[in-house]
Amino acid sequence: MSGVIARIEVERAFGETVEGEAVVSEEGFSPRYDLDRWSGVITKPGHKLEGTQIKDKICFFPTAKGGIAAGWAFYDIKCKGIAPKALVFGVTNPVMVQGAVFANMTITEGWSRPPREVIRTGDWVRVDPARRVIELLERRA
Amino acid sequence: MRLTAEEQAMLRGEHGPAVKDAIEYLVRVGEFWGAERLVPVTNVHMMGDIEIMGDGGLKWLECAAEKKARCALNVTTNARSFDFPLVERLQQDAGEAAKEKKLIGLLQQMNVSTTDTCINYQTLYQPHLGERVAWGDTGTVIYANSVFGARSNFESGPAAFAAALTKRVPEYGFQLERHRKGTFVVKLEAELDDLADWGAVGKLVGEPNQSYFQVPVFTGVKRAPSSDELKHLGASLASYGSMGMFHMVGVTPEAPSLEAALGGNTPHSELTIGNAELERLYGGYDLGDGSCDLIVFSGPQLSLWELKDLAERFDGRRIKAGTQVFVTSSNGVLSAGRKLGYVQKLEQAGATLMEGVCFYILQNLSQMRTRNGWTNMISNSAKIVNIIGAHRFNTILRRTQDCVDIAVEGRLR
Repeated sequence: MSGVIARIEVERAFGETVEGEAVVSEEGFSPRYDLDRWSGVITKPGHKLEGTQIKDKICFFPTAKGGIAAGWAFYDIKCKGIAPKALVFGVTNPVMVQGAVFANMTITEGWSRPPREVIRTGDWVRVDPARRVIELLERRA
Repeated sequence: MRLTAEEQAMLRGEHGPAVKDAIEYLVRVGEFWGAERLVPVTNVHMMGDIEIMGDGGLKWLECAAEKKARCALNVTTNARSFDFPLVERLQQDAGEAAKEKKLIGLLQQMNVSTTDTCINYQTLYQPHLGERVAWGDTGTVIYANSVFGARSNFESGPAAFAAALTKRVPEYGFQLERHRKGTFVVKLEAELDDLADWGAVGKLVGEPNQSYFQVPVFTGVKRAPSSDELKHLGASLASYGSMGMFHMVGVTPEAPSLEAALGGNTPHSELTIGNAELERLYGGYDLGDGSCDLIVFSGPQLSLWELKDLAERFDGRRIKAGTQVFVTSSNGVLSAGRKLGYVQKLEQAGATLMEGVCFYILQNLSQMRTRNGWTNMISNSAKIVNIIGAHRFNTILRRTQDCVDIAVEGRLR
């Protein structure tokens, strides 16, 4: 496909195809531990993304942290209009999947190469669950 | 997925629209994980509080009630975000409290027993070896899998609710034998004299091995641990490591031996935890501005034995003026604790006992922190020390007696 700078294959995926700005984290994620669920900003002191807004972003996290809360939390933040467009995990847990499916939010697990090798925060990417690929469309960072 | 005739009928809507929604959802989740079928469960424990559900979740539940959703199993609820008699004192939002009451009413209407406890496994239901359940929060799941040998994945609110409507879950993760085997070994050499020590082990093991599918096998435990000790270990492993299962050789039912616990797996690493590792961990906490006016015994809620122990430690002592000590537990434990005089001892010392909540779930907690000028939060629970971060507390893990002394003497160490 033309315009694709780099491609990462994923093992499992759910949801619609989405495009958006990437946020690439070196640290895992939990909506209850790390996120201010009223603003969409990661607020946990010391989190590697502390201060980052995740609304409408395509978020790359190596792992899932915690937590049962994500099951309701993703639906809640989607209703509040501050949800990310997609969650891309190296390793996830059932709750993240249950929550994303419940909120109809795109989610994937497992990657053919670590995203940070090819994607930087701010780049424009596409997540296509049906084809199980993530594509870097535009280098912006 | 292969579905039975009854499940296909559910999908066609023959059991009503709520069951149809629920089974469609379970199938989607199951497909993500490559589940081949749904399997029956006997008991459900679900999270459903307004702090995490928000207006969207409440509205969704109202829709489910309109569709005549009715839970077909015994369902209990996890800790929630209000202890109603304390709303005014804590200056929580009355509007949100009203929504929480509405939510409780809706759940009861749909045949949910709103027990509001995260220690159902100590107080309400103890599944047997191999029994399949659908539980959440994570502390309940890791206890079910590890200590009872029951089978559950982390089932979040919507997933547990769907399980309650259909009496089923997709078969993946810890429902499958192959995921229940140990993946690495942890040798325990530390003394582990306090609940905080067990939580600290969970942090040391969980943090560097963050993965739902990592299953530590503990060896070398010096004595039979109590239910409360295993509870703090499990809650901490689940919190720091997102883990859903552990084995302890000679203690937990699927670990009669190291070989049995590993089930043919070659452990990817072997970790040793001695006293030095624990002391380093305690010494590593940033004491921030040195303030110690907030001490919390919560997350998980206290068992009757923890409550008794704490009452004895505080007996005849008085919490320093300006310092707040919060203790949370379930209605059942606190009722027994009051009958036995434990609650009164804690109240006489100046502690605030809260029912049916967990401290970190409290509605308006960030505002409460700002209003009270709290910066540090000190606890003997490694889980709450981890989980409360988004509310911007600086958190410090201390042993139980240290927490009590800090509360009374007002000196952080």
